[in-house]
Amino acid sequence: MTAIAPSLAPTVAPAADTGGVNGVALTVLIFFFVLVAGAGFWAARWRRPESMESLEEWGLGGRSFGTWITWFLLGGDLYTAYTFVAVPAAMWAFGAVNGFFAVPYTIILYPIIFVFMSRLWSVSHRHGYVTPADFVEGRSGSRVLSLAVAVTGFLATMPYIALQLVGIQAVLEVAGVGGGNNWVAKDLPLFIAFLVLALYTYTSGLRAPAIIAFVKDILIYLVIIVAVIYLPSKVGGWGHVFDSAEKKMTTTTNPATGNPNVFIPGPKAYWAYGTLALGSALALFMYPHSITATLSAKSRNTIRKNASILPAYSFLLGLLALLGWVAIAAGTKPVGLDGKVNGQLVIPQLFEDMFPSWFAGVAFAAIAIGALVPAAIMSIAAANTFTRNIYKAWIKPNATVQQEAKVSKLTSLVVKAFALIFVLTLDKSNAINFQLLGGIWILQTFPALVFYLYTRWFHRWALLAGWAVGMVYGTVAAYNVTNKATGAPFAGSVANMPLIGQLGYIAVTAFAFNVVVAAILTLALRAAKAPEGKDATIPADYFAEAGDPRVEKLPVGPHEYTPSA
Amino acid sequence: MSTTPHRHEAPPANKGLLALAGVLLAIPIVALLLVGTYAKDEPRVLGFPFFIWYQFVWVVLCSALTYTAYRIVLKARPHVPMSREGDSFDDDLPREDGIR
Repeated sequence: MTAIAPSLAPTVAPAADTGGVNGVALTVLIFFFVLVAGAGFWAARWRRPESMESLEEWGLGGRSFGTWITWFLLGGDLYTAYTFVAVPAAMWAFGAVNGFFAVPYTIILYPIIFVFMSRLWSVSHRHGYVTPADFVEGRSGSRVLSLAVAVTGFLATMPYIALQLVGIQAVLEVAGVGGGNNWVAKDLPLFIAFLVLALYTYTSGLRAPAIIAFVKDILIYLVIIVAVIYLPSKVGGWGHVFDSAEKKMTTTTNPATGNPNVFIPGPKAYWAYGTLALGSALALFMYPHSITATLSAKSRNTIRKNASILPAYSFLLGLLALLGWVAIAAGTKPVGLDGKVNGQLVIPQLFEDMFPSWFAGVAFAAIAIGALVPAAIMSIAAANTFTRNIYKAWIKPNATVQQEAKVSKLTSLVVKAFALIFVLTLDKSNAINFQLLGGIWILQTFPALVFYLYTRWFHRWALLAGWAVGMVYGTVAAYNVTNKATGAPFAGSVANMPLIGQLGYIAVTAFAFNVVVAAILTLALRAAKAPEGKDATIPADYFAEAGDPRVEKLPVGPHEYTPSA
Repeated sequence: MSTTPHRHEAPPANKGLLALAGVLLAIPIVALLLVGTYAKDEPRVLGFPFFIWYQFVWVVLCSALTYTAYRIVLKARPHVPMSREGDSFDDDLPREDGIR
């Protein structure tokens, strides 16, 4: 999930009720954490391969996951802890445009990926592609275009990993630990959580988040269903919830943008709402971690079948978003341990206020474990991208599969260490700004990846130029959105769209420039007879199904031989 | 390497059915991008504003439409296995080794 508006930054509050340590909730949280850590290490033995020393096994779980594992894995991967914290926080603070767009976003997402992801699965399966940039290189014959896709994916994923830590931090802070002045007490819990995560990702690869996703998703479903049934009745029913939200939203403005907050979008917000949904939906499956989870499916149709059952998570996300408004009716005061109001704390705080301690602990565990699954998959995806498209492509072309796996495992550690340092040493708003940019950047790889699945009409140099234009425009436009209250840049993800003259998602505008530039330059390069690259794929590759022969024969475990039909 | 060029191509498909699947998939996208058609409070259902419950209804509709499209696509372009070399289709080659 992406494009959540930033500027939920803390503001000074009069009340300073820190609540102290919630012992029961904390104990439940620790219990679940130990449980999933054990499951994570055990995962290395699950569907045990002959050797873990290849990207196919460590990085893609042997490409062996069926419909239900893929459903849990993708659900655990896409609906992250940060989403679960930030979407209701945005609803609570700014209303429907910043928060509820996540619902249409995650609805239209699935018809879109239905169309092209099965082709990507087939061609990747046939050629042993592990990352999107692998495919782009094979299809375009351009190492530079592939590098551009790889670097964009890597940069966009990094802050996303860091933001998962923000989700854990929010839970720990409400539970009463991880805050305060003592550096050790403040950061140690987070440090331990990430160290354990790093270790089981290192040993078990993608199998670890696949197993943990079961626990995460079951907990999340349980907590949200209980919350939406139980909480509204305690605050006067849904009608009262919406009336309270309407009252708050129609009487307040967003201090960062100066725009009024939104209960139901007015005509001026239609474009913003629609483009945020569309742009985010187009972008989500450009992220390496989404593609990693997709490619780990065992058959071409697994992903299509999943496109029709994954919306269950969208329903859940919509309910969760509404909890942001329940918190308005409940009068939740999300005050951090430093005594400042922090919108990110609103959902954990609501749970602590309204639930018995033990169930609050279950809810905290759901969010914290919810951070571990995507963080693991993202770090694996970023590591695979580095290994295949930077290390192997540019540094050591004759690396063996064992060396690839080694580099990837080490990179996954480095990536997580970097995320941890990023969050612990810099202000959180840096991670949020960077992730906002990441959402804009990643959409600029869409033409190279998706257009290439259908046609080689676009010239590889034109696609590269289009990408560059989209990246520069998007970055500049996002920088120019200044916070009206503080003057800081990167205050939001919407800006005026040229020609249309309405506010819209910057990523979509940049994408439009990207495509136009790519199309015009393609015509020019064709006219100039610029050399085409060599296409390593044949049309039949795009329709291959499990059981069809692979180009690269790999040492595989016994489960690979099970019939796939 | 390959034998006849036509076997490099995509398996045969029923274009009409594929187009129908495309339409089913496009419906939710178009419906939800027309924000003006549903950005209103009334009528409320069980206290939920129209804007909210209408989008929840689309979660279910979209799921149903996508599943229907999935069934149609399976019919429109049945899978054709590849030869062992992986460079052509097996549609008209008898297999001597008895696999499949």
